[in-house]
Amino acid sequence: MFGLGKKDMALFWLVTVLALLAPFLLNPFPEGSELAQFNAGYPDLMQRFVIFGIFAIGFNILFGLTGYLSFGHAAFLGVGSYAAMWMMKLMTMNVIPGIFLSVIVAGLFAVFVGFISLRRTGIYFSILTLAFAQMSYSLAYSVLTPLTGGETGLQPKMADPRILDGALAPGATPQANLFGIDMGASYQMEVGKWLFTFNAGYYLAAILMLVSFYISIRIFRSPFGMMLRAVKSNKHRMNYTGLNTRPYTLAAFVISAMYAGLAGGLMVAMDTQVGPERMFWTASGEVVLMTILGGAGTLIGPVLGAGLIKYMENIISKINDNILHGWFAFMPDGLEDAIVFLIHPFIGKGWHLTLGIVFMLVVVFLPGGLVEGGQRIAALFKRKKKAGGAEPNAKPNQPAE
Amino acid sequence: MGILEVKGVNKRFGGLQALGDVNLSIAENTVHAIIGPNGAGKSTLLNVLVGKLIPDTGSVMFDGQSVLGRKPYEINQMGISRVFQTPEIFADLTVMENVLIPCFAKRDGSFRMHAIESVTSETDMIEQAEQMLLDVNMQDKLRDHAGSLSRGDKRRLEMAMCLSQQPRLLLLDEPTAGMARADTNNTIDLLKEIKEKRDITMAIIEHDMHVVFSLAERITVLAQGTPLVEDTPANIKGHPKVREAYLGESG
Repeated sequence: MFGLGKKDMALFWLVTVLALLAPFLLNPFPEGSELAQFNAGYPDLMQRFVIFGIFAIGFNILFGLTGYLSFGHAAFLGVGSYAAMWMMKLMTMNVIPGIFLSVIVAGLFAVFVGFISLRRTGIYFSILTLAFAQMSYSLAYSVLTPLTGGETGLQPKMADPRILDGALAPGATPQANLFGIDMGASYQMEVGKWLFTFNAGYYLAAILMLVSFYISIRIFRSPFGMMLRAVKSNKHRMNYTGLNTRPYTLAAFVISAMYAGLAGGLMVAMDTQVGPERMFWTASGEVVLMTILGGAGTLIGPVLGAGLIKYMENIISKINDNILHGWFAFMPDGLEDAIVFLIHPFIGKGWHLTLGIVFMLVVVFLPGGLVEGGQRIAALFKRKKKAGGAEPNAKPNQPAE
Repeated sequence: MGILEVKGVNKRFGGLQALGDVNLSIAENTVHAIIGPNGAGKSTLLNVLVGKLIPDTGSVMFDGQSVLGRKPYEINQMGISRVFQTPEIFADLTVMENVLIPCFAKRDGSFRMHAIESVTSETDMIEQAEQMLLDVNMQDKLRDHAGSLSRGDKRRLEMAMCLSQQPRLLLLDEPTAGMARADTNNTIDLLKEIKEKRDITMAIIEHDMHVVFSLAERITVLAQGTPLVEDTPANIKGHPKVREAYLGESG
């Protein structure tokens, strides 16, 4: 169906169901309970899951297929955000034109950056893209202040022209909307002790993520996708097979930047502000982590990686010593203090430490990322079913490089 | 007029004259071997033919068109395929994909943005690739990862990849280097079979005299960057100049 194979279609349906039911699935613990802080089903975080999912899906088209490791992809995200913001300031607070423009602008910028960076491979390519991203960051921070708002960034202002929008009602502030539906609007459903929030912005982002995911499956299965994998495998042979690798890699680079632009535009649509820190090199590094953590070169991996990192960033960083004391209150005082002391560096602001350890464990033991973990578990079950049959036929995927 | 005409080609690397005034004509539909002792300039000549090196002087014409200054992929699209000393294949891809890629390259040229249709819907390409793999006896390995194949199978696969582009000239750079005698004989049989089945010109660079004399119809002997003699295998065998170049015998 939809031009997808059986397995791909099943995967796509699975992701669709998960995305649409996310407000339920991410809120498994009743409101007010001890465990409620592990709930991730609030709009802000759910939006981040899908937006960074889009970012990582796009990054994976470049890194997972061609093996070119861009260390400056956040530049395209930032450029997309600024473009969408200007569309909102000048034309309309309706998010569609802004998102559209963010994709186009990020794509055009990528043609320029890619044309230069793709002259080199390996570490030199990574450094070139990093240099471009840091230049963009510095420019946005200083020289381009009239365009970017410098350090303070950009927000919609009352005085903005918004040519296509009618005048605001007195006292109203400009709100990002989709043909009148406020992006911040939520419907809350109470079921017993549980509280589920359905947010308009989240569903827009989720639908765009599904479209992005679908396009990425099509690219993976197309002759174009096969050529990109061939670039990663043996560029030498490509050249001696009559294939020019440059346009292939440039096309992949531009497509993945357009994904980043889409993510940037959506960020502005969800939360109407943008600053230069969005283009900082740590943001570029984050998407690399997401892709490798989930499984580079796999379809679903980047989405999983994005979800895991954003979950940890938001949930683990919220845990503090008081909460720990609450959990371990049943222990004798001395032991309780000792355990809290031991866990302390890994929580709150220390969540990066936890992330680092998780990343290390995954890279060492599951070079294919979370997806490889899933495959191993599936293989284990298959072997059990066969009861001492032949070797499991689920081969681990290509390890990330 | 041969399909490949090399005229007055010179190439120096610093003080070393790698190729000195090389003239070579390869006739269409023949198997032409280029032999010579180590350092005779065989590989340099081959690299000139595929566009990897540009000679200092001289011309290389393929089918009436100059190949000089063209990129390797452009020369390949003109109809010259190359088999490497160590098989160059897409090790991370399946055997089937390895053969599909040159099929697409033949049909679509050096670049085409076919990103939406699925590979599995390109039935004519798949049929073509299957037929090619059948021709080299690899039909039962379609789904294997190319990197896990034995060396002999990698060589077969590389041949299949080159042939699926239907090249007019196939360049073989020591196709049996480092092979056991049995594998060498298999490769010779494979090449003979290929030659029987289609109109193709082959240029073979080879150390192994057994391979050369089993396959070649014409032989050029290269020594110190210059063609010493060109003749049929029968005449080359006893040629005094050749023995001199190889064995250092005088007279």
